[in-house]
Amino acid sequence: MGMPKSLTHLQRLESEAIRIFREVAAEFRNPVLLYSIGKDSSVLLHLAMKAFYPARPPFPVLHIDTTWKFREMIAFRDATAERLGVELLVHINREGLKRGINPFDSGSSLHTQVMKTEALRQALDRHQFDAAIGGARRDEEKSRAKERVFSFRSAGHAWDPKTQRPELWSIYNTRLSGDESMRVFPLSNWTELDVWQYIQQENIPVVPLYFASERPVVRRAGSWIMVDDDRMRLQPGEQAEMRLVRFRTLGCYPLTGAIESTAANVPEIIEELLSAASSERQGRAIDHDESTSMEKKKREGYF
Amino acid sequence: MSGFSLLASRSSLLRVLACGSVDDGKSTLIGRLVYETGAVFDDQLAALKRDSRKYGTTGEDIDFALLLDGLEAEREQGITIDVAYRYFATARRKFIIADAPGHEEYTRNMATGASNSDAAVILADARKGVLPQTRRHAHIASLLGIRHVILAVNKMDLAGYSQSVFSDIAGEFGQFTEKLSFAGVTAIPVSARRGENVVRRSEQMAWYTGPVLLEHLETLDVDADVTRMPLRFAVQWVNRPNGDFRGFAGTVLSGVVSEGQEIVVAASGSHSRVRRIVTHDGDLKEAITGQAVTLVLADEIGISRGDVLTSPQARCETADQFAAHVIWFARDEMYPHREYLLKFGNQTVPGRITALKHKLDVNTLEHVAARSLHLNEIGLCNVATRSAVAFDSYDENRETGAFIIIDRQSNATLGAGMIAFALRRAANVHWQALEVNAEARARVNAQTPCALWFTGLSGAGKSTIANLVEKRLFADGRRSYLLDGDNVRHGLNRDLGFTATDRIENIRRVAEVSRLFVDAGLITLVSFISPFAAERQMARELFQPGQFHEIFVDTPLDVCKERDPKGLYARAAGGNLKNFTGIDSPYEAPLNPELTLATANATPEELADRVITYLKSRRLIP
Repeated sequence: MGMPKSLTHLQRLESEAIRIFREVAAEFRNPVLLYSIGKDSSVLLHLAMKAFYPARPPFPVLHIDTTWKFREMIAFRDATAERLGVELLVHINREGLKRGINPFDSGSSLHTQVMKTEALRQALDRHQFDAAIGGARRDEEKSRAKERVFSFRSAGHAWDPKTQRPELWSIYNTRLSGDESMRVFPLSNWTELDVWQYIQQENIPVVPLYFASERPVVRRAGSWIMVDDDRMRLQPGEQAEMRLVRFRTLGCYPLTGAIESTAANVPEIIEELLSAASSERQGRAIDHDESTSMEKKKREGYF
Repeated sequence: MSGFSLLASRSSLLRVLACGSVDDGKSTLIGRLVYETGAVFDDQLAALKRDSRKYGTTGEDIDFALLLDGLEAEREQGITIDVAYRYFATARRKFIIADAPGHEEYTRNMATGASNSDAAVILADARKGVLPQTRRHAHIASLLGIRHVILAVNKMDLAGYSQSVFSDIAGEFGQFTEKLSFAGVTAIPVSARRGENVVRRSEQMAWYTGPVLLEHLETLDVDADVTRMPLRFAVQWVNRPNGDFRGFAGTVLSGVVSEGQEIVVAASGSHSRVRRIVTHDGDLKEAITGQAVTLVLADEIGISRGDVLTSPQARCETADQFAAHVIWFARDEMYPHREYLLKFGNQTVPGRITALKHKLDVNTLEHVAARSLHLNEIGLCNVATRSAVAFDSYDENRETGAFIIIDRQSNATLGAGMIAFALRRAANVHWQALEVNAEARARVNAQTPCALWFTGLSGAGKSTIANLVEKRLFADGRRSYLLDGDNVRHGLNRDLGFTATDRIENIRRVAEVSRLFVDAGLITLVSFISPFAAERQMARELFQPGQFHEIFVDTPLDVCKERDPKGLYARAAGGNLKNFTGIDSPYEAPLNPELTLATANATPEELADRVITYLKSRRLIP
């Protein structure tokens, strides 16, 4: 049998993402890859390694550390940067820390605003990055369904749905002036299932928190919250119990709900996904403040 | 691992455009496809039920349209204002649906969705039949190169599931689309709200024996077999990690590239062979259409981003003039002769629309005479680029036949173009090499020729100052010439009026003339209002670096009105003079002029001195 003369859907998605990466490298002065340590970031970084091979990706990797990430995430981040030989920048909003912002006293909304959204703006301004590559997918959330691959941000990083440029074919208008910048999403057309199937196909390492394991958790507002370190404040009568759980998305540990699951490897996760009843962002506290809250966060400069 | 996952990872991808008029039920149809293929999760369904009560239009039923209408503004208005992408998969295929709003004013979104789609589903309301917008959508889909169209005749439940209603609509649509370039046209009677003939077969329409919508989309063969087309490989990024490796990273846009194959660089005509096809997963023997790879060639030939590599037997066109269909997206009309940036794949070049041959009436397919294109209009244009570009006609190759049009000032995407044919092969028109050149003439004149471009409002004092500057140059024995706006309009530009289009052409001609004068060795003074930044930019780029000097004669509008040396402001205020700069036509002040002359607190003589001092400081005169 000869070589297949058309690409599988994963090959098409991969090629599209590689093409987007190369366009960024060719057209921008000072790009950066935003790395959140999650599965989408793992895929993003893997694609960046592919896009520029045998060269290394011609941009650094930036992690916005809220200081509340799971410990396993931070260990995985440092090991990944080491393994791939990429330049890792870590930014923490020091003023936020000084103000004592944390997910318990400040609430999820303010904590995210200060330690994530503001922190990201600080880092982009400090390094004068003109393009920030991120792992957001259009299928994640309704307001993202209309997001461009090259998403234009005015000076101050604001996203205005009305000033987004029409995007035809694979011809991207990358032009900026002054302090304008671009967010670029090579995984725009991927779904959660595509991401896992690609992780399996390419054997991409991901944080072990995605796999089911016995973990100390407490039940809060219908979610299992992991007691990742001794900063976790237990409410009166609350006691951590060991449960077989895993995470579908990863964020700040006090704000990220685990699901009860026995899926301990990638094929089992794919199995579980195909029969899943909840969307992946269901475990994210920040999405549920109100039905259109993601749109609001984006206007403020959230990724 | 289940059979489903195994199949899904080998499955193909189909990109589908969905379009229809307001209230045809397009969002409901897509919501239904997504819901019934299991891509809606319980928490999303709960939010949907909540939203249906709050915003919905379907009473107690779930309003599937709300699955798609993502932006707050849209929900409030109950309309879809931007293209939304939606994803679902079956065991056979993964689908990406581009949901394009159907309002007349949003042609832009239709074209955007169509540009990346393999097939189009056009909705029609069974009670309304084929509307002008149905024709419009079919026409745009055809123009954007979609080969397969499906007419979903929706709301059959409200039309009594009538076979004759369906046949009449299908027949009318079939007749209309005969004039378009579709390879396949299929009509399917559906009820999106009730889920009939979408995923499940309708019991109410037993008379319909064709495929239901999902089944049709799953089996549609859209493989135009671009792999069998001639090789086009666009060089996107030159990969040089060290002195030993020089690779050309890019995507195979059509055809196949094989190790050892001979290739030609379209622009230069240089030949070489493919030595290696490099990927992170190891070298390949061949790469097919759609693959992003890195080529290493056998010879050291000049190649950079934007170059197109082709097979020697079937090369693409290389030209700096061609005809193209242009779709205009911007509120500001398209101005013939204004210089825009055109981006073709990876090549960006300045270019102009030199003539609008005709406008297309997308409802009737008729050609209409017009001078300009407005928002959402489509026309066949002649386009001229500053340097030659490599392309194919859009009909032959959607990847190499398309471009976007970018505003040089705002960077907005103003329009999109699809190339019809080359007008003049660049190879046939050569520059005449002249032996007495600009340097020789400048030497004889013992001066450095340059253009001094005075811009400012009418009555700002441009001509007065320019005239004084020229008198001083002349007194010092310099050779110069002053091109004055009013004077030139009596001769060379006698045929031009004051519309934006004519103003652009006015400046283009003067810019070209001043370039000839500078080439002839003269210090050339240009005194023109030249209100638009884009044209001053165009003029600047005609010159060598350092030759063009923009001088902003900065006089507040109130002062100009008060001076009103020619009585023009009074006439404009009385409504007797249309398109007057500063009154009902804009003046875009320069952002970075070489020199600004604020006239409020200085005499014309003092300002002329400043220009002379400036010329000395730049060593343009001794």
